[in-house]
Amino acid sequence: MVGVVRIAALAAGGLLAGSLAACGGAASAGSSGPAQTITLYNGQHEQTTQALVAAFEKETGIRVTVRSDAEAVVTGQILQEGARSPADVIYTENSPPLEKLQEQHLLAPVSASTLASVPARFDSQANDWAGVSARVTVLVYNTHALTQAQLPASALDLASPKWKGKFGFAPSETDLQPVITSITRVHGRAAALAWLKGLKANAESNVYPDNETVMAKINSGQVQIALINNYYWYRLRLQLGAAAMHSAVAHLGAGDSGYVLDVSGAGVLASSQHKTAAQKFLAFLVSAQGQAIIAHSDSYEYPLRPGVAAAALLTPLSQLSPASNTVADLGDGLLPLRLLQQAQLG
Amino acid sequence: MQAMNGSPLATAVLPDASAFGSPAAGDGAQAADPVGRRPPWPLTGTAALVCTALLLPVAFLIWQASGVGWSLITRLLMRRVTLTLLTNTVELTLAVTTCAALIALGAAWCIERTNLPGRRLWRVLMLLPLAIPDFVTGYTWSSLSPAVHGLGGAVLVMTLGLFPLIYLPVAAALRRADSTLYEVARGLGTGRFTAFLRVVLPQIRPALLGGCLLVTLALLAEFGAFEILRFQTFTTEIFTEFTLGFNAPAASALSLLLVLLSLLALGAEHIVGRRGSGRTTAGGLASARVLRIRRYRLGWATVPVIGGFVALTGLSVGVPVSTVVFWRFQAPDTTLPPIPLAGAAWNTVTYAGSAAILATVAAFPVALLFVRHRGRLGTLFERIGYLSQGLPGLVLALALVFFAIHAAYPLYQTPELLVVTYAIMFFPLALVSLRASLVQAPPRLEETARSLGCRPAAALARVTLPLVAPGIAASAALVFLAAVVELTATLVLIPSGAHTLATAFWAYQQNSSYASASRYAIVIVAIAAVPGCLLQRWFDRGPGRGEVRGQS
Repeated sequence: MVGVVRIAALAAGGLLAGSLAACGGAASAGSSGPAQTITLYNGQHEQTTQALVAAFEKETGIRVTVRSDAEAVVTGQILQEGARSPADVIYTENSPPLEKLQEQHLLAPVSASTLASVPARFDSQANDWAGVSARVTVLVYNTHALTQAQLPASALDLASPKWKGKFGFAPSETDLQPVITSITRVHGRAAALAWLKGLKANAESNVYPDNETVMAKINSGQVQIALINNYYWYRLRLQLGAAAMHSAVAHLGAGDSGYVLDVSGAGVLASSQHKTAAQKFLAFLVSAQGQAIIAHSDSYEYPLRPGVAAAALLTPLSQLSPASNTVADLGDGLLPLRLLQQAQLG
Repeated sequence: MQAMNGSPLATAVLPDASAFGSPAAGDGAQAADPVGRRPPWPLTGTAALVCTALLLPVAFLIWQASGVGWSLITRLLMRRVTLTLLTNTVELTLAVTTCAALIALGAAWCIERTNLPGRRLWRVLMLLPLAIPDFVTGYTWSSLSPAVHGLGGAVLVMTLGLFPLIYLPVAAALRRADSTLYEVARGLGTGRFTAFLRVVLPQIRPALLGGCLLVTLALLAEFGAFEILRFQTFTTEIFTEFTLGFNAPAASALSLLLVLLSLLALGAEHIVGRRGSGRTTAGGLASARVLRIRRYRLGWATVPVIGGFVALTGLSVGVPVSTVVFWRFQAPDTTLPPIPLAGAAWNTVTYAGSAAILATVAAFPVALLFVRHRGRLGTLFERIGYLSQGLPGLVLALALVFFAIHAAYPLYQTPELLVVTYAIMFFPLALVSLRASLVQAPPRLEETARSLGCRPAAALARVTLPLVAPGIAASAALVFLAAVVELTATLVLIPSGAHTLATAFWAYQQNSSYASASRYAIVIVAIAAVPGCLLQRWFDRGPGRGEVRGQS
């Protein structure tokens, strides 16, 4: 009985203290004069986001509350919240979630100067979100199993029986969607479906929940070749050290439909009560300072602002020759989802 | 003789109170039930209110699903892969439930009915797997060996994580199952195994079935661990729709199939439980004046049995805990701002503690109505109480987002709403614990109090509540345990900027910063082990205040 009382008292006290703390937090945010607080729903790599937020807070005095989860969850959450969303800014890894929110009219137009900071092809065509950084689809391969000469020039070749048992992928990752969309645009739906079925057959049991695992399997030799975003290789290298890398990155043939430049971006919520501060945050993301933070972070993504160089290890953005997709071409993710489902992948 | 005492959880999962044969629920006693068959309206009203809240997630699913074209849903469901996924789900459920039941039965028998050395230690260790979050277990196993994947891997990991849900009720039921029948059977020349099957098994069958029900529902809802283990169940289809299509309506429509599977499991357990209850004698003897429990000598088997326990706890507790400790000694490798450990721990303890209280308080009227008044309504409410356990955390969380946004906006992303969410998610754990102890509390005592002039409410508070204290403790402890390790719904509903230990672990683990992540996991296990030990102390007590001795 004493135990029960103790637990009860502890918990009841805790709830009270918790709500008091919550009230206190809200009060201080509201009452500390000019300091404003915006809420960021973050689906991007949290380490880089936190570095950006710290610099932004220092620069502007505006405080940012970060709420991180998978990009699909923060997006799904905003779709449920609708006009009453507490979020001011959303920042995602890929463009489809932003396109989805734009379709639902949940985003506010981005200020013109922010849009002008990066080439227009990286921004939403409806001007509702801004491109911040980019990642590119590459081949990664185990260097003990394969030489560069053996690599296919086109992503389509990965579906050939030649790669049976050697290929691995993570079809449930949102990163694959733009590739499927791009291949569909160039070769049509039937070809994209056949490609996915080929990949599924080749992967056998090498179907993984995420690309970090795929990358680790490539490096350990369990998988010989995969098609993933470039940064996974560089992040693993950072983690393990160059000496422990038994894999390498290779680019696909110029303009190949599977060679996709995919944009990560941010938008201001139409429902935001702090639009000025939220727009300032977006402007900071594409500012020279913000883009330099992205370039020097452990994200290994391409900053999009002209004049800001990517990490030295990466092939410079200007030397990439991806398929010609606009962000609108890459869509809201629905088409690749239906194709994945038709291919019995998920 | 500690073994003579029923435990709070003991009877926990009995689907049919009469199986206990306690005077409260036995046939003869029921006719004389002073509280009467017609429940007082405040009780029914409160229970109805609680059940309405519990049905919110299902209502949300139906509402969302109604906005989806049925052509899409049928097209998705008619695919070959759906059949595979459903087959996977059923195979996994059968395999895990069977394995977990066998392990639980063996462990419970050895601990409660033999002279196994170190029983107290084993009892605590049998509980600990509940305190290890599935995302820790999943990562541990998948990083330990690439061989742990697919159906085999999923069965291994889930069995090790879920067997305590069967062990607890079965061990408790065994403690209340009289040895006399078994000995008579043996005396009449029945073999040990046959005697166990024909005498002991029926005695503990309701507890076994109830535990299996909890395991089945937990498996239907699980997603994270299976994703890590590369095993796809029907939840994969739901998550694909949500993650790649941002399509909550379609995901909801698909989730209704999980509700259907849960209903099937609930119905099956109800029918099987009822059929067995008639010949169950566990309670009949248990409620008698003297319970005879005999421990059997293990003899030469002592060494292999201890070996089995070492292996079981090594795999279920040792492996994940030592992996987390190993991570601790890796070089710190993150630029993420530090998340204060004390703050996260405080949040975890207060949120989970409050949820434990709320779920227990809310489950009390439902359990009381079911145990004391039976009837269709009581049974219906009780079954509704289990539904939430069969739904994935993300689905539940989105339902709560929806209702809070539209009906309780000031509560959105407050600790209060998170606590309510936990209470809904883990209601079944509270319900089973309370129901069991209420069965043990004879209504005759309450009747006596009332005949002495006590008002019904006062009689309940002054007589019955103290009697069911162990059940209250068990309920609170189990809900606390489950809430401490919850991640998915927490990420969606926690106040912006706040962290629990689970979300802090997740943040670092997402950035491959295992050294930093491990600190939080270690504290999670340490905190979650506390109620496990408290519960154990209730188990260990001699006949206590709350026990049925009042009727002897």
